[in-house]
Amino acid sequence: MNVEVRPTKTPAEQALSASYAAARDRLPGQGAVAALREDAFRRFDARGLPHRRVEEWKYTDLRALMRDSYPLATPPDAAAKLRAKNAGTVLGGLDCRRLVFVDGTFAPELSDLVPEPGLAIGSMADALAKGDPLVATHVGKTIATEDIGVALNTALMGDGAVIRISAGAEPKRPIHLVFAAGSDTPSSAFIRSLIVVEKGAKVTIIESHDSGESQVNTALELVAADETQIDYCKITQGRALHVSSLLASVGARAKFNSFAFTSDAQLVRNQNFIRFAGEGTKAAIRGASLLRGSEHVDTTLLIEHAAAHCESREQFKTVLDGQSHGVFQGKIVVQPHAQKTDAKMMTRALLLSDEAEADNKPELEIFADDVVCGHGATAGALDPGLKFYLMSRGIHAKEAEALLIQAFIGETIEEIAHAGIRDALMIAALKWLGARG
Amino acid sequence: MSFLEVKNLHVEVEGKKILNGLTLSVEMGQVAAIMGPNGSGKSTLAYVLAGKDNYNVTEGDILLDGASILKMAPDERAAKGVFLAFQYPVEVPGVATMTFLRTALNAQRKTRGEPELSTPDFIKLVRDTAGHLGVSQEMLRRAVNVGFSGGEKKRNEILQMAILQPRLAVLDETDSGLDIDALKVVADGVNRLRSPDRSMIVITHYQRLLEFIVPDVVHVLAKGRVVKSGGKELALELEAKGYAQYADEAA
Repeated sequence: MNVEVRPTKTPAEQALSASYAAARDRLPGQGAVAALREDAFRRFDARGLPHRRVEEWKYTDLRALMRDSYPLATPPDAAAKLRAKNAGTVLGGLDCRRLVFVDGTFAPELSDLVPEPGLAIGSMADALAKGDPLVATHVGKTIATEDIGVALNTALMGDGAVIRISAGAEPKRPIHLVFAAGSDTPSSAFIRSLIVVEKGAKVTIIESHDSGESQVNTALELVAADETQIDYCKITQGRALHVSSLLASVGARAKFNSFAFTSDAQLVRNQNFIRFAGEGTKAAIRGASLLRGSEHVDTTLLIEHAAAHCESREQFKTVLDGQSHGVFQGKIVVQPHAQKTDAKMMTRALLLSDEAEADNKPELEIFADDVVCGHGATAGALDPGLKFYLMSRGIHAKEAEALLIQAFIGETIEEIAHAGIRDALMIAALKWLGARG
Repeated sequence: MSFLEVKNLHVEVEGKKILNGLTLSVEMGQVAAIMGPNGSGKSTLAYVLAGKDNYNVTEGDILLDGASILKMAPDERAAKGVFLAFQYPVEVPGVATMTFLRTALNAQRKTRGEPELSTPDFIKLVRDTAGHLGVSQEMLRRAVNVGFSGGEKKRNEILQMAILQPRLAVLDETDSGLDIDALKVVADGVNRLRSPDRSMIVITHYQRLLEFIVPDVVHVLAKGRVVKSGGKELALELEAKGYAQYADEAA
């Protein structure tokens, strides 16, 4: 006799189920969308929050870490919008098209909606409610995954951005999705965005989250057609749980660059599901995380080379101070027909404190026989030889350390193509270092 | 009182005794050569003067201008005018040579209570000095020593010395790994920095370097102490006879 042993539901699991039960009838979308939600919720209901015995979540035991689930965010009032007005300032005066979301809800009056040829912008809540064909075609279909973080997002998705860039279009300015906290009581937002980039289009997308004390589960489906060029940058800050899923499918002969910058974030899971579906694409997937105190940041990659002749570079760096915990899991899967794949993954952790912990887990799964794939992982303290060299030139200990940390993190940030984003992130890193004292 | 006085210095590294009662005086303006066989403690002396961690002084003292520097961190010693040209200069990825030079110079000036150098003045200083040493603008833009050849690394050390204008320069086997042309460029750079206001300790295994940087005095180191001192002719004598005789003396 088989008896499935199911542990008692945790308060967070119960709260999530209650949120779904209470909101299901007013969440946007009918018919197929409602069925998609129901299916996703059942998956969550059957398995619960992922925990340490779920391999993909081994180092981020969500069941243990998530003590509670806050009530679903309500649409922002005037006061909330006022509080959110200046969010996303980590990018300073960078000239972007700002699209602002307050507690997960699109705020058109705070957004830059000046029309531009080849660029269509809308709200996910509207699109779901209206049964928008673009959303019907893509949402939930970009990447097949059983991940519970994604399932929860699908079950409870409220609002987000829906952006379509027409074939050959090149929006002049970067598009900046600003996700801000406005509510003065902690809430939880389930944000779902869809960006469809048609053939030959070029775009720079920035997604910044400063979610304050609120919980966020965000997912972005990115559908990039052949010959597109996409530069994507995600900046994450916040004092509560943040689960983020990038679900990207990239066509042939495309250029795809992503960069994840995380600092001053308490508990983050940044998961990236990226599939190279067409031949001859070049991709760089990079990131830098700065951790201190009791912060926990998990970067998880699942990169699938599903077509031949693609090149991908994965490079992640983490600086850890205090009792922080950094996790990097990077899995590259090369499918049998994806010959001539060239993939290199490198992850480095710099530990500034004896109490910090870095877990690095690179994995390759190669089913093709003519590929070049490699990975490397390091974790270590500042090199005392380097520090002595700098100090012997008169540079004070703290300044020498700062210079070496800056150099460590700068190596990845310098790879960002957009000068404005690069400079802004370098300044943000220096600010973090400055606060180290 | 000499400018630098090393008194009965005993130093252990990882529990192993390397310097064993080393006594040495260097006058202001003097160029002193330190010669000795491998393992005699030459590089240890260089590191302990610069203040490297894990070089444990168990006895003795180092006085600069009559004051002990033993308790000072490397950066404080640098601000007092101590400079070590490394035998193996380290690569500092991500830190541009220009940034490094400016940070170092201004940190020293700040420690000494002097104003920071303005950007135009700094750039002019570096440009003039780099030209003499054949250090290109491109090298200055690159990360410190990253991708530099052996000769370029040594020239970069001398460039730093010329910018930082130390009062006590310690050159640790500056000749190692250099061909004769590179050696001449480096020696020329060092000779340009000879001054009545600057002492130098030139550490070398071979006499060859001392043909180009002619010392005022030569000290022979064996088994962690100075076993013989003399004029520049002592270097020639060592070249002819080798170090074997001193190995016996120190025993």
